[in-house]
Amino acid sequence: MTPRMTCVTQLASPATKQMYTRILTSALFAGAAAGLIAALLQLVFVQPVLLHAELYETGELVHFGGTAVSAHPELPGFDAMRDGLSIVFTMLTYTGYTLVMVALMSMAEDRGAAINARTGLIWGIAGFIAFHLAPGFTLAPEVPGVAAADVGDRQVWWTATVATAGVAMWLIAFGGNKISYLIAVALLMAPHLIGAPEPDSFSGPVPTEIGALFAARAFGVGLAAWALVGTFAGYFWQTEGERAEASA
Amino acid sequence: MTTKTLNASAAGLGFLPAVFAIVLGLGVVTLTGHVQAAALHDAAHDVRHATGFPCH
Repeated sequence: MTPRMTCVTQLASPATKQMYTRILTSALFAGAAAGLIAALLQLVFVQPVLLHAELYETGELVHFGGTAVSAHPELPGFDAMRDGLSIVFTMLTYTGYTLVMVALMSMAEDRGAAINARTGLIWGIAGFIAFHLAPGFTLAPEVPGVAAADVGDRQVWWTATVATAGVAMWLIAFGGNKISYLIAVALLMAPHLIGAPEPDSFSGPVPTEIGALFAARAFGVGLAAWALVGTFAGYFWQTEGERAEASA
Repeated sequence: MTTKTLNASAAGLGFLPAVFAIVLGLGVVTLTGHVQAAALHDAAHDVRHATGFPCH
């Protein structure tokens, strides 16, 4: 009878509740902060390229139509509804990332890893590789209007690539032996050797200059945002832990 | 005996908050990045392109 009672008491233990609070609080702070900065960076550096591409997607501008087209058309300005929604959804997306990252940080700390803003930066770069660079290495960030395979097929490939790259990052960080490095390399390469779903033919109306700039900007802003994700996640994880200890 | 039970249950439960956060986080990312419902797709359109999710 006694062990059973102990178990029930443990279920609602203050330590477990404190762990929920610490993970959720750190993740929400880190995700909101990194997401807001990521959204602003996207609005400044990515959105103009996207809006430029949409002029070709809608047919308002035509590339190779016989006459030369200006590379500097007038673009729509700030749209409160559209860009406001983008800010909200970027913050949500990055909060999703930080929830996963802080949870993994808590597991790593249990195994003796030091978690703070400095080590968090490495976590952020690993997260960028897993969630952004690895899938984008073959499914390049798409400018609106490009030809692409069925979206459901690409989502399956994207998810599998993020999962394998994520496991590879963990193995590189915590595997600690040669075999785990080899498995990590195999996991990183496999999705790209197998190949992603591709379109049957090319039909994109957007100039290649815009497509290349869009991919470069998406990766650049992604790296900056993920560096912040890791740094903030490590920082808030550490400070929330100190706060919990101080109040205990 | 009682001490053993305590340790085992504490270690087992220690994982729960992390697992909960991972499921919640992946759920949020799936919602903002992948679900194709028209309203969600339109609202998240620019973010999906900029963040490298397959969009259309």
